[in-house]
Amino acid sequence: MGRYVVRRLLQMIPVFIGSTFIIFMMMYALPGDPVRALGGERAPDEAQMNALRADLGLDEPILQQYWNYLTGLFQGDFGTQIASRREVIDVISEALPATIRLTLLAFVITAVVGIAMGLIAGLRAGGKTDAGILFFTLLLISVPVFVIGYLYQTYFGVKWGWISPTVRDSEDLGELFLPALALASLSLAYVARLTRTSIVENRRADYMRTARAKGLTKRRAVGVHLLRNSLIPVVTFLGVDIGNLMAGAVVTEGIFNIHGLGRAVFEALKSREGATVVGIVSFIILVYLVVALLVDLLYAVLDPRIRYA
Amino acid sequence: MPDQAPEALKKSGALSETETLKKEAIPTAAAPATVVEAGPAPGRPRSLWSDAWHELRRRPTFLIAATIILVLFVMAAFPGWFTSVSPREADLTTNYLKEPQLTHFFSPEWLGYNQQGQSIWARMVHGTRASIIIGVAVTAIVLVFGGLVGMLAGYFGGWIDAILSRIVDVFLGIPFLLGTMVILVSFDTRTEWTVIMALAFLGWTTIARVMRGSVISVKQADYVAAARSLGAGTWRIMLRHILPNALAPVIVVAMVALGGYITAEAVLSFLGIGLTEPAISWGGDINRAQDRIRVAEHILLYPSILLSITILSFLMLGDAVRDALDPKLR
Amino acid sequence: MPIDMDKTDVTEADTPGVPLLEVRDLHVEFRTREGAAKAVNGVSYTVDAGETLAVLGESGSGKSVTAQTIMGILDTPPGRITGGEILFRGEDMLTMSEERRRTIRGDKIAMIFQDALSALNPVLSVGYQLGEMFRVHRGMSRKDAKAKAVELMDRVRIPAAKERVNDFPHQFSGGMRQRIMIAMALALEPDVIIADEPTTALDVTVQAQVMDLLAELQRDFTMGLILITHDLGVVADVADKIAVMYAGRIVESAPVEELYKRPAHPYTKGLLDSIPRLDHKGKELYAIKGLPPSLMAIPGGCAFNPRCARARDICRTEVPPLADVTEPDGTPIGGRSSACHFWKETIHG
Repeated sequence: MGRYVVRRLLQMIPVFIGSTFIIFMMMYALPGDPVRALGGERAPDEAQMNALRADLGLDEPILQQYWNYLTGLFQGDFGTQIASRREVIDVISEALPATIRLTLLAFVITAVVGIAMGLIAGLRAGGKTDAGILFFTLLLISVPVFVIGYLYQTYFGVKWGWISPTVRDSEDLGELFLPALALASLSLAYVARLTRTSIVENRRADYMRTARAKGLTKRRAVGVHLLRNSLIPVVTFLGVDIGNLMAGAVVTEGIFNIHGLGRAVFEALKSREGATVVGIVSFIILVYLVVALLVDLLYAVLDPRIRYA
Repeated sequence: MPDQAPEALKKSGALSETETLKKEAIPTAAAPATVVEAGPAPGRPRSLWSDAWHELRRRPTFLIAATIILVLFVMAAFPGWFTSVSPREADLTTNYLKEPQLTHFFSPEWLGYNQQGQSIWARMVHGTRASIIIGVAVTAIVLVFGGLVGMLAGYFGGWIDAILSRIVDVFLGIPFLLGTMVILVSFDTRTEWTVIMALAFLGWTTIARVMRGSVISVKQADYVAAARSLGAGTWRIMLRHILPNALAPVIVVAMVALGGYITAEAVLSFLGIGLTEPAISWGGDINRAQDRIRVAEHILLYPSILLSITILSFLMLGDAVRDALDPKLR
Repeated sequence: MPIDMDKTDVTEADTPGVPLLEVRDLHVEFRTREGAAKAVNGVSYTVDAGETLAVLGESGSGKSVTAQTIMGILDTPPGRITGGEILFRGEDMLTMSEERRRTIRGDKIAMIFQDALSALNPVLSVGYQLGEMFRVHRGMSRKDAKAKAVELMDRVRIPAAKERVNDFPHQFSGGMRQRIMIAMALALEPDVIIADEPTTALDVTVQAQVMDLLAELQRDFTMGLILITHDLGVVADVADKIAVMYAGRIVESAPVEELYKRPAHPYTKGLLDSIPRLDHKGKELYAIKGLPPSLMAIPGGCAFNPRCARARDICRTEVPPLADVTEPDGTPIGGRSSACHFWKETIHG
C-alpha cells in the first residue's frame, strides 16, 4: 500500500507538469497579448510596451518562460498580476474560501440527493417512479447550467422570493444554497443515474438472493448488502467530481455574483492575465489529481477484492 | 457544470484504471459429464447490431429522439424552410416587450422579438446550424483521433500503451471547460471551426479511454486468438475482428458526448468566449437576453428550450442505443 | 459437537402423520415477451426429518425453480406461482404473511447455493455474513455473533477459523467457500436444508469431501435435505429417495436403490445408460437423442415423447399421470411411481 502511494505520487508529477505545460502553452503561445490588452482602447506606445514585456520576462523564448514559471511554482511562487501587481497567490487565497464552500455544499447536495434518487429509481426499475426519475435526470443534464441558474434565480429567488437570488455574503450557507443547487444539478443527475444502474445490476446478484434466503429483513438486505456493493462506482465518481464542481464554478459564480475562483479566473481570462489563469487552473489540476489518488485508495477499502501492487 | 457531459464521461473513464487492477479471477469448474447440460433450443442467430436495431425500432424514446434530431438536421441545412425572415433583420420599432404571438406558428412574431427587434424564432432556426455543425464535427474528429489512439494503446499494450496513456492522463488533468476557454480567448474572431478545434483538442481523451478499455477486453476473446493462429495480419485483426466488436460502447459514449459538445458551445458562447458576431448561436442569444430576464423572460426562455431539447434528444438517443446493445440492463 | 441453541418455537413439535415439508401440485411460470414459460407444472414431493430427497434433472427441468419457490426467493416478476401449496409442518407458506415467512427462511429452512463465490457478498467478511444469521434471527450482539461464526467455521472444519473469520470470500478456495456456505445454512440448525447443486462448481476431489460433510451434518442434526442435482453419481451415496424431473414435472420417483436397479421411466433409463462405466470401456456411450424441450412449447402428451424410443400415438396425445408402480403380479412397490404410459414395459422388460 505504502509503495503504491509513493508510486502514484511519483506518477502524478509528470502528469501535473504535462497538464500545466499545455495550459501554459495555450495561454502564452497562442495569439493575444496581455501587454497590449493592458492599454485598452488607447494607442499603444511600442517602446513602453517592450520595456514592460522585458520586465515581465515575456520577451524570452516560450520554453524558457515555462521553465521560469515551473521553478517558481515549486517554490510556491505563483507569479504576479500584470495590471494590479498583486501576487497571484493572494488572488487565489482570497477567492478560494467562497469556492470551497460552494463546491462542498454542491458536493453534499450531489451525494445525498443523487444517491437517494438513484436508489429509489433502481429499486423500482421498470416502474413509473423509475421512468419519472430517469426523465428528470435527463432534463437536468440537458438544460445547461446557465439556464438552470437563471431559472432558479428568477423563480425561487425573484418571483417567489423563497431564497436570496444573489450572494452578498458567501459565508452565509443559506445564500449559497441556490448557486450550489444549480452547480450540483448536472452531477446530481449523473450520480442518480450511476447509482440506479449499479443498483439494477446488483439487485439481481446471487448474493442478494442469498440475503433473502437467509431471512434478512428487506431493510438490511438493501441497506447493507445492496448499497455496500452498489456504491463502489458511485464513490469513485463522486471523488473525481469534486474537481469538476470546482471548474464548473466559473459559470455559477458569474450568475450569482460570488467572488470565488471561477470569477477570478474568468476576469483574468478576459484581461489575459496569464499568470493568474495558469495559476488557478494549475491549482484545480492539483486538486483533481490529489482527489483521484485518494479515491483510488478509498476504492481498495470499499472493495476488498482490489489489491494494490 | 455545463461542460460536464463530456467531462463527466471522461473522468468516469478513470474508473477503468481501478477496474484493471487485480480482481481475483473467478474460477470456473468444468461440470462433470453426466446429465447433458444443454442450453435452450437455438433460435435464429442474429448479430449484436441487427438485434439492437430490432430492439430500437420498437422503442418510443428512440423514435422520438431520432425524429427530433432529423428535424434539427433539416433545420440546420435549410433554415429558410422554417422561417421567412432574416435572423439579422432588426426592426427597432418592434419592442421586445411585445408579447409573443403563440398561436402564429412559425411566423416571425411567434416567439416574440429580442432587444434588437429581431425575430426570436428566426434566430433560433438559424442558430441550429452552429450547434449541429459543432456537435457533429467535434464528435467525428474525436472518434477518429481518439479511436485511433485508444486502438493502438489497447492493441499493442507495452510501452506504446504506457506512453499514450500518460498523454491521455495529461489531457484528462485539464478541466474541459476552463481549458477550452483558455484556448478560445486567444482568438479575437472565433468561427465554428475555432470552437470545433478547441473542443476536439481537449475532448478526444474520452473516446481514447473507452476505446482502449474496449479493445483490451475484446483482444482477449477466443476468436481473436483463433484469427491470429490462422495467420491473420495485425491490421486485419485490428480492423476486421477487433474494431467491429469494440465499437459498441464507443458509439454510445460518442452519442452522449455529442450532446455535451453542443452544451459546451452554448456555455462558451454564453460566457462570450464562444462564437463571435456575426455568427448566430443559441448560447450567445441567451447571453444577450440575461439582462432583460426580469422583464422579458421569453428572450431567454425559448432559445434555452430549443437548446435543451436538442441536447435531450442526443442523450435519449445514446440511452436507447446503449440499452439496446446491453440487454442485461433492461 | 452440535451447536447448542434453544429451540422454543411452537412449530418445532412434530405432528404425527404430517410431513416436515410437502410440496403439493406446484405450478410456476415465467412471463416473457414471447409468452409464458411453464417452468414447473404440477410438482409434488415430501421430505421428512432425517430424510434426503434427491431431485434430479437437466437444466430447465424446473428443479431449481421449485427449490427457489419453496425458499420464497423466486424473482417475481418475471416468475409467477400459478397454483399449488408448500406446506411446512402442515402450514401453507404461500399464503402466510411475508414477515412470518421471512422468519422461517434461514431459521427453519435454509439453502445452499451452487456457486459460493457469487452467492456470498464479495465486500463483506465471511464472519460478518455468518454472524448476520444470529444477529437477525436471534438478536445477538455483533461480538457474540462473531464468536458464533468462528464456532461454525470450526464445525465445517475450516482450518484456523479464528484467524480467517475476518477474511473475504475471494480469499478462500472453492471448497472452503462452499463449507462457509454450508455453515451459513446450518447456523440456526434448520429443519430443512435445500442444497442446489452444492458441489457442481467444485473440483472432483473436493466434491466428495463437501458432500460427505453435508451428509454427516444432516445425520447429526436429523434435518430433511433436498438435494438438487444433475449428477447421478452424487445421488447414489447420500439420497434416500429420488424424484426425476423433466420439463417441469416429476416423471419418476423411487427409493434410491430401486431406481438404480430398475428404472420405470424411459428418461431415467436413458440417464442411467449414459453414465460411463468401466466394464463398457471401448463401446460407444449411450446418449439420449434430441434436446430438452423449450418451456414455451412443451410437446403435447408426454413431454418426453419426441426423444423416446418407446413413444407411440398415445404418448403424443395424452399426458401420462404419475401412477403407482407395482410388481408384475400387482403387489405395490413402496414409494414408487412413474409418469409413463408404458412403465410396465420399461421396468419389467
